[in-house]
Amino acid sequence: MLDCGLDMTSTLNFLPLPLVQSPRLSNLPGWSLKDGNAFLDKELKECSGHVFVDSVPEFCLPETELIDLSTVDVILISNYHCMMALPYITEHTGFTGTVYATEPTVQIGRLLMEELVNFIERVPKAQSASLWKNKDIQRLLPSPLKDAVEVSTWRRCYTMQEVNSALSKIQLVGYSQKIELFGAVQVTPLSSGYALGSSNWIIQSHYEKVSYVSGSSLLTTHPQPMDQASLKNSDVLVLTGLTQIPTANPDGMVGEFCSNLALTVRNGGNVLVPCYPSGVIYDLLECLYQYIDSAGLSNIPFYFISPVANSSLEFSQIFAEWLCHNKQSKVYLPEPPFPHAELIQTNKLKHYPSIHGDFSNDFRQPCVVFTGHPSLRFGDVVHFMELWGKSSLNTVIFTEPDFSYLEALAPYQPLAMKCIYCPIDTRLNFIQVSKLLKEVQPLHVVCPEQYTQPPPAQSHRMDLMIDCQPPAMSYRRADVLALPFKRRYEKIEIMPELADSLVPMEIKPGISLATVSAVLHTKDNKHVLQPPPRPAQPTSGKKRKQRVSEDVPDCQVLKPLLSGSIPVEQFVQTLEKHGFSDIKVEDTAKGHIVLLQEAETLIQIEEDSTHIICDNDEMLRVRLRDLVLKFLQKF
Amino acid sequence: MDGQTRLGMLHRLLVLFWPPPQTESVILSPLSFSIYRGHKIQHSDWHKEPLRIMDPECSRLLPALCAVLADPRQPVADDTCLEKLLDWFKKVTEAESSLLLLQENPCLVELLSHVLRPQDVSPRVLSFSLRLAGTFAAQEDCFQYLQQGDLLLGLFGEAGTLGWAAWNVPTVRSGWIQGLSSLAQHPSALHFLADSGAVDTVFSLQGDPSLFVASAASQLLVHILALSMHGEAVEHHSPQGSAWPTCAQKIVGHVEESLRSTAAPQVTQALNVLTTTFGRCHSPWTEVLWEQLSPLVACLLERDPIPAGHSLVDLLLSVARSPVFSSADCGLWETVAQTLSRLSPTQAGPLALGTLKLQHCPQALRTQAFGILLQPLACVLKATTQAPTSPGLLDGTLGGSMTVDALLSSKSACAGLLCQTLAQLEELHPLPHRPSPWPQASLLEAVVTILQLCDGSAAPGSSVGGRLCGTLAGCVRVQRAALDFLGTLSQGTSPQELVPQVFAVLLEYLESPDSSPTVLKKAFQATLGWLLSSPKTPGCSDFGPHIPLFLGELFPVLQKRLCSPCWEVRDSALEFFTNLSRHWGEAPTLTQQLLRDPESYVRASAVTAMAQLSSQGLHATLASPEHPEAEQGLLREFLNILSADSEGFPRRAVVQVFTQWLRDGHAEVARDTEQFVATVLQVVSQDLDWEVRVQGLELAQVFLTQKLGQPGHCPYTVALPEAPLPRLRPEVLRTLCQPWLLEFAFRALFDCDRPVAQKACNLLLFLRDKTAPYAGTQETGDSPHLDSMEAALQRWQAGEQGQPLGDPEPEAMLAVLRSLDLEGLQGRLAESSDHVEKSPQSLLQDMLATVDILEENEADCY
Repeated sequence: MLDCGLDMTSTLNFLPLPLVQSPRLSNLPGWSLKDGNAFLDKELKECSGHVFVDSVPEFCLPETELIDLSTVDVILISNYHCMMALPYITEHTGFTGTVYATEPTVQIGRLLMEELVNFIERVPKAQSASLWKNKDIQRLLPSPLKDAVEVSTWRRCYTMQEVNSALSKIQLVGYSQKIELFGAVQVTPLSSGYALGSSNWIIQSHYEKVSYVSGSSLLTTHPQPMDQASLKNSDVLVLTGLTQIPTANPDGMVGEFCSNLALTVRNGGNVLVPCYPSGVIYDLLECLYQYIDSAGLSNIPFYFISPVANSSLEFSQIFAEWLCHNKQSKVYLPEPPFPHAELIQTNKLKHYPSIHGDFSNDFRQPCVVFTGHPSLRFGDVVHFMELWGKSSLNTVIFTEPDFSYLEALAPYQPLAMKCIYCPIDTRLNFIQVSKLLKEVQPLHVVCPEQYTQPPPAQSHRMDLMIDCQPPAMSYRRADVLALPFKRRYEKIEIMPELADSLVPMEIKPGISLATVSAVLHTKDNKHVLQPPPRPAQPTSGKKRKQRVSEDVPDCQVLKPLLSGSIPVEQFVQTLEKHGFSDIKVEDTAKGHIVLLQEAETLIQIEEDSTHIICDNDEMLRVRLRDLVLKFLQKF
Repeated sequence: MDGQTRLGMLHRLLVLFWPPPQTESVILSPLSFSIYRGHKIQHSDWHKEPLRIMDPECSRLLPALCAVLADPRQPVADDTCLEKLLDWFKKVTEAESSLLLLQENPCLVELLSHVLRPQDVSPRVLSFSLRLAGTFAAQEDCFQYLQQGDLLLGLFGEAGTLGWAAWNVPTVRSGWIQGLSSLAQHPSALHFLADSGAVDTVFSLQGDPSLFVASAASQLLVHILALSMHGEAVEHHSPQGSAWPTCAQKIVGHVEESLRSTAAPQVTQALNVLTTTFGRCHSPWTEVLWEQLSPLVACLLERDPIPAGHSLVDLLLSVARSPVFSSADCGLWETVAQTLSRLSPTQAGPLALGTLKLQHCPQALRTQAFGILLQPLACVLKATTQAPTSPGLLDGTLGGSMTVDALLSSKSACAGLLCQTLAQLEELHPLPHRPSPWPQASLLEAVVTILQLCDGSAAPGSSVGGRLCGTLAGCVRVQRAALDFLGTLSQGTSPQELVPQVFAVLLEYLESPDSSPTVLKKAFQATLGWLLSSPKTPGCSDFGPHIPLFLGELFPVLQKRLCSPCWEVRDSALEFFTNLSRHWGEAPTLTQQLLRDPESYVRASAVTAMAQLSSQGLHATLASPEHPEAEQGLLREFLNILSADSEGFPRRAVVQVFTQWLRDGHAEVARDTEQFVATVLQVVSQDLDWEVRVQGLELAQVFLTQKLGQPGHCPYTVALPEAPLPRLRPEVLRTLCQPWLLEFAFRALFDCDRPVAQKACNLLLFLRDKTAPYAGTQETGDSPHLDSMEAALQRWQAGEQGQPLGDPEPEAMLAVLRSLDLEGLQGRLAESSDHVEKSPQSLLQDMLATVDILEENEADCY
């Protein structure tokens, strides 16, 4: 199984979970059907024309119907965003396999899960709505609830215990490490350049190679650069995790982010940045580190609020080997690879586990707050949205591309604060993909259907799709694809003592042949040729000898194998030299027939056989045979 | 030793040994510093007189120099010396007889003879000698003189240089060609060229691997052709080519042969020779030449692909521009028309533009050329299914498919063609004889569409449009060219309904986070163009009806851009805003903060912007509770920048602003002008940046002008009948002679940067002239003030800047002013600082000295 991400957009259908009682949210009117029937008004609330489920947020799980997840042997994780559904798989499906991921992926993935669990568990909600999920009722609901798919499979968030148990099933791997899977294939993670520890995977047998490219980046940010060279010579390249905002250039967006941040703060407003606790935030802090002095923001406090803020900032500094070269070299100076260490030291950046406690004492405005969750449905961000939403001086800047910012903001309407959408998605865009594919040249590309056509909103942008030859094979949800290659060969090893006994003969320059008699031994998808057991010693008893001869096929003296071709003209000359006359050659579809009319003999020469047909003249046949054999090689 | 002698010695020492600290600095010698009561003592200023071109001293040095050049063991380290030497010889031979020069300096002929032994000479000296020989032989008598000894044949003939190993060095081949070019000035040279076989060598050098040599060879051929035709009867009667001189026939024959060649490089060479010929020679024979060769040129058009398209375009334009063809109907226009239709759009563009720039070209051809120029834009419009508003101009179908192919063939081809087209139309736009009617509306539509294609906001209506969209998306080159052209189009009458579209696309670019800093700058420039050219409507606003709405949307964008992390963006936004605020009164609140921007350019722009706002009375609106310093006066803020900013740009901007304020009588200044000027000059005098000091002098000049009136010696003022000069009031005089003003000016007079000293000199001259009538009535006697001033000035000149001037009487000041030889100083300052080093004598000495040093070093090694 390649990755197991969690679709969190389902949470956008739910009301936000406020950290402190919000009169506004609790006083939202219940929703009633057009006919006035209000039986759902406890479950559904209406806010500015949108309907939300008033319940603990639920998540949409990976597909479980199509495949029995207990039969999955291995899960390969490509980055920490793509493992958020892991506890659902490992703890509730009978999964007994192994999960492979790099160390930073596991550590930061744990932080993300921990934050998620914390956000949801610290504001327990008594009510759990399920009535609306009834298919007959769902049909009556307004969009987007009406169109939500598989609502019956939506699940509440997992617990920390499940997280720990799931993570314990992960086997840590390093870049370029080769991992044998049951002898059948070898998998190797490669740096994908997108996040700390993010990987692409190569799955290869001796003669086939499949690359799984997911969430990769060619930009120079903090992680180790993408390893492209190792992706070459792939039979199939499975491509996914491209940028979600192909029209937004990350550099421009970072500039936009900084400009809007400074503009707001200079005008006396606060800035709220809903974000994940790891990833782009490191780059943003680095940009701000360079920018704040020049923008005259040195006195503005930056707050990073997350239950895992401290761990995230500290973890980032210790994964030196997973960082880009520049940052790696800093470690040897020794300096912290990320400049946010200095921001913390100089008190420009302060981090807190939550708004409760120290934060409320230190809180100073105007300020900039980085906090989760980007969906605006849970986490400390809900508090700041409620707090700052009423003033147009304040600004919320969306940098995470995973959620539609308009949908995220829907339950906060009407909203006075400014909203800026600066999605920073460093993953591959289509120009980079075509460059990558040109460089790597896979025989086939397999990708989601969405990548093979321009985005629906910009149907004229033919540049916003994958353009490769042969055209990419596309798939959609629940499609079953047969990958376009067949396994034709298996590699077989020869034991050294058997190899010693072989006597190769060169039949063409550079090509030698040898006959082999051996026993093929197959175990764990590995094939080994072993020397045949020796025939029993003559000294042993008769019975034993018999048994042995039963087990082992008789190694008869074999006739030599012949190879080569017979040049007809020379053959005829040779025949004439040896006294044959009256020779006639006829061409046939498959070769030639040499007629020795005098001897009433016929030699039929074809590509892979030669027949000598003569009437009961064995002497003649043997003579002719020897003449034929002169032209052929034997071994 | 009295003071004068001491100073005189110092003067000479400085002249001889003072190495100029930088190219623009002055040698501290020029002030003839001898202040004696009531009279001036001039120093001998030998270096002011023009040096004799070949003075005896140079003549004396020449043999040694020739010996050095001829000696292979003494390599000339610096070949710029050889260039300078050659320049000098050229100057000498222009003024004097070369023959005389050679006869008086036999060492020169010896040098030339010496290089005939090639193994002994470095390629550098060989090349120099070839060029030198050519320079001498340019005069016919000298040519004959050199010919006597077969020297020229040895140098330029087939038996000479060509056979030497050094011929492989491009410098030598280049020297050979340049030498020949120089000597080919008279009939004797022509015979020499014909007899020596040099012309054939020049033919082969046209294909030389060194581009310089190849180009020089082409030029030489044209030169020889022109020379051989010069003075002949053919020049005036233009007989057929068969009656031309042999040499000319030979060259024309070679060109004809090259034109028939199937090898593109040869065709290019021939076309280049012809292009130069028609560009330089405007005698009637060129018409004959064209008649003879034009069929061959026309034949080139029948080949596929057309060889040397660019050279062909150059040739046709060169012929078309020649006055010889202005009235003649020689089939040229047919050839141009045919070429236009046959060449690829990229190659046809320059020809079309060139044709349209011609004054006397037939209307049909102009229409065709303009059609070709517009073709790419027509394709863009067609691909986006926007019907052009003025049909017939942008909907041409001729060659359309070729243009579409060119646009779609590759990203770089598409961008190249569009950029070229936009630049060409931009060039055409301001011309008085541009095509008429000028399709302003269609051009606007096209350029707006291109900009939309580039930012992905266009809605293409065809597959071609879709591909264009993909190709152009994010193409910065095209964006820049289109914005430039859009800005140019603002200078014209545009249909009102299109103006909102223009503003919309400009706003898109100004807003877009993906606009690169350079694109943004161009967008700002274009926006300003459109804002300022927008038709004025009578009423409250200075601008047309679209403008207030646009500005309303623009302002938040501008605010955001002022906060950009990229300093180039902040700078262009400020610059735009400064220009805009001259016409429109709103101030982004952030401008003042940018006075403290980390980037000096931005701070400088912020100074200008703030000054602009202040002049418009808008500064007060910027005061906000967060920034109380705004209320404390911009003047203090600026003075702070002037005295404390670590970079020159903001400080220069501040002084410029102050000068402008003084000129305009700005309120901050008018309150106490003297105090203001005194404070500023005090700060400026300490500044390390010479431009700031020059600006400070400008400020002082404005101050003085305001007190005393315009300078009287302006060459452009009409001389009015002399009116009796008004007497200067004593208080004015006292103001003018304030120590802070004169001390600043006097110190600047000794400034080590020449522009500062020059400016100070002019300022003091102005002051002296203006106060002269007053001073004439006063008797300047001895006074302790005068003594101390002289002492101070002497110390300043000696580099001791510490001592102040004290507080002398105005009369003493004026006396000092009059005692200085300011005119002399002005003259000397006008000379460049290396005028002494530029003399030929110095050059010869330098070259010899270098060798001496090399020798010494050599000796040291052993």
